[in-house]
Amino acid sequence: MLLGPSLAVSAVLFALGVAGVLLRRNAIVIFMCVELMLNAVNLTFVALAQQLGVAGQIFVFFVMAVAAAEAGVGLAIMLAIYRHRQTVNLQNINLLRG
Amino acid sequence: MAGTLIVFWAFAGLAVVSALCCITRRSPVASALWLVVTLFSLAALFVLLDAQFLAVLQVLVYAGAIMVLFLFVIMLLNLGRAGPTDLRGPAGLGVGVLLSGLLLVQLLALRQAGLSPSVAVAPGAVARIAAEQGMVPAIARPLFGAYLVPFEITSVLLLAAIVGAVVLAKRRL
Repeated sequence: MLLGPSLAVSAVLFALGVAGVLLRRNAIVIFMCVELMLNAVNLTFVALAQQLGVAGQIFVFFVMAVAAAEAGVGLAIMLAIYRHRQTVNLQNINLLRG
Repeated sequence: MAGTLIVFWAFAGLAVVSALCCITRRSPVASALWLVVTLFSLAALFVLLDAQFLAVLQVLVYAGAIMVLFLFVIMLLNLGRAGPTDLRGPAGLGVGVLLSGLLLVQLLALRQAGLSPSVAVAPGAVARIAAEQGMVPAIARPLFGAYLVPFEITSVLLLAAIVGAVVLAKRRL
């Protein structure tokens, strides 16, 4: 019964996450928007698990584990970048710009 | 049923509004706290969708551990004060809004694709299994049975992440 509304909400949340990644320049905020997208996908999994069996909830476990690992490594990378360049603004991190 | 719908839309609205605040606040700390509100509302939605255990995990792991890690790094890098806006310029703003709006339209259209009846379980089956076996065993049995190998691989992934984080955060790389 809640499947359609849940999918709509998770679509909106995912699009908001994408918008945040595209619009912001602060690397930490971009990282938070990635977490927002992961959570939108989690909501989809849980909503579909009601229709398709409990396996969907298991996948949310794995998404959470991957998100935790990603947050740890990503924030360590951000610390290393900040130590080298004294900023996490992506405008100033342009080593690969042609 | 109507009450469930009211609660659902209340928390869904809260999640969307706080996500919107999260991507528009200038200060990273404010963004992080709004994201915590979003995560809490998603936990409430998980409860409504028969995933009570995942709701607890969402609060403990996401709102409790991961967001604290984010706030910790923001404090460590001394980014708490709201600087000049870090939004992109007008061109980037237009392209970003256009692209994410396009994605939203596509995702909402995808919602119309029906589920194949051959893979669907009976309505309320998940809630019934949880009522029969208990909340945690209903998830733990498949996790340690059919999904044992992915579960073990996850532990290797976490080990790799720990090693990577320690190496990256060391002072002399």
